[in-house]
Amino acid sequence: MKSASARVLPPPILASLSGVYKKFGKIAALDGIDLQVRAGELLAVLGRNGAGKTTAINLLLGALRSDSGTVEVLGGKPTELAVRQRIGVMLQSTELPETLKVGELLEQVRGYYPSPRSSAECIVLAGLDGLLDRRYGKLSGGQQRRVQFALAICGNPQLLFLDEPTTGLDIDARQGLWKSVRELVAGGSAVLLTTHYLEEAEALADRVAVMANGRVIAEGDIAEIRRRVIQQRVRCITSQSESTIADWADVSATRSVDGRIEIMTSTPEAIVRRLLAGDDRLSELEVGRAGLADAFVELTAEEPA
Amino acid sequence: MNTPALNENITPRFGAIYRREAWYEFLRMLRTPSFALPTLIFPGAFYLMFGVLLAGRSGNAEVSRYMLATYGVFGVMAPALFGIGVSLAIDRERGFLTLKRVLPMPAGAYLFAKLAMAMLFGLIVALMVMVLAATLGGVELRASQWATLLMIDTIGTLPFCALGLWIGSLLSGQAAPAVVNLVYLPMAFLSGLWLPLKILPAAIGMLAPVWPSFHLAQLALKVVGQDAGGSTLIHVGALMAMTALFCGLAWRRLSRPS
Repeated sequence: MKSASARVLPPPILASLSGVYKKFGKIAALDGIDLQVRAGELLAVLGRNGAGKTTAINLLLGALRSDSGTVEVLGGKPTELAVRQRIGVMLQSTELPETLKVGELLEQVRGYYPSPRSSAECIVLAGLDGLLDRRYGKLSGGQQRRVQFALAICGNPQLLFLDEPTTGLDIDARQGLWKSVRELVAGGSAVLLTTHYLEEAEALADRVAVMANGRVIAEGDIAEIRRRVIQQRVRCITSQSESTIADWADVSATRSVDGRIEIMTSTPEAIVRRLLAGDDRLSELEVGRAGLADAFVELTAEEPA
Repeated sequence: MNTPALNENITPRFGAIYRREAWYEFLRMLRTPSFALPTLIFPGAFYLMFGVLLAGRSGNAEVSRYMLATYGVFGVMAPALFGIGVSLAIDRERGFLTLKRVLPMPAGAYLFAKLAMAMLFGLIVALMVMVLAATLGGVELRASQWATLLMIDTIGTLPFCALGLWIGSLLSGQAAPAVVNLVYLPMAFLSGLWLPLKILPAAIGMLAPVWPSFHLAQLALKVVGQDAGGSTLIHVGALMAMTALFCGLAWRRLSRPS
């Protein structure tokens, strides 16, 4: 960080999938995926439902076995007790026993870890104030997710896996959880978070890996992901046909909207020049930034077979 | 930075984890009225009706003793079959078992907790039937007989725990209670827990050794001198074999590679 010299070693890799394949029946959930989580970072794994995010997490947790490839977590196998004592987990769809109280669930899971966080700290981080004596089944959906978050962090983990932690939460609850996650990362924990909320990745992630069809198809910081794919949207009315334009270099997508043609591209200047050269009656030219949402849709769009 | 408080124990004590796990499993089930109420109340209530009131009217002390043995067995079957079978099915269905498996919990603690819960419920139910027998039922036994009966009932929970594990490993949370009822009630009747096999059709008596509850009931009846005269060793052996079989089936099912 001090100088521009590239001698700074990257932080160590805490968890990795290397060339991992996993099939369920005939469906390849993971198709040769490579993924690394480094110390101190928050990696957001973005992707649509069915992209393989949850399968990837379940392999890193040792809940599933890979067909081939290497799964390594904290220098060992994810099924080792010593490894599990240093990770925390929030699964996507878990219902805890309804008749146990929040405080009891917390004590139970804290007890598994060699040096857990204090209950008081868990309560603050997960926002469980006043809920300890309530039964889990009597809590609202948002409160239940907060309890699950508390169980994920109560062991003071070095590495935290959060599988779609804010799915189904309202905006306040989501932002509350984001705040807690930021505090954890500031405290030195590495986090792997899966999400299909783009804003979640933008709000939290140091690095983003975009998954589709069981593979990582793009990886980098948010800016890089944006830069790598469609940044700009060019719109105009032109006599040139959409299908011709679609064949130009660096045009990633085109469509017609209200008599205008819309072009997605990473090199808008070149496209505009070519458009103008090919049609001197071109009108209503507009160039705008595309958000990550557009980039995301583009990245994970099904490849034509 | 969250520096963990300095801690002289590097690993949490396994004993403490097992104990906590069992206690919370017990609390969880105790607070589930649909389980706890029938489990704790029915055996005593049935014994009161058939073993005390009806038997007292006919003036037959033998009936009160017979039913002390058989309703004790009937009582310990339910926490094992329902408590384990249904709760395991629910844990699987709700992803709770998956979470437990990836948490740093020693592998046996989950299973231990279920067994301990069922045995503790079994112990309570057996004690309740015994207290009713000794007081209202007027059953008189030596201290060693009471103690042996209590031991048979409590340890005898295990084959039904194993059966519960197998059922819970196969079925959904919705289907498990229905299937357990289909197993539990006919098996109780066919093993002579409600009516002595002597007064039932001979075919039922011939089929009886198939059921674990028959063997456990024979061991309990032996204590009060009313068994059918089979060898203790054979009954114990049959129960152990059935326990091993059901455990094996459950194990195979639960450790299926996914």
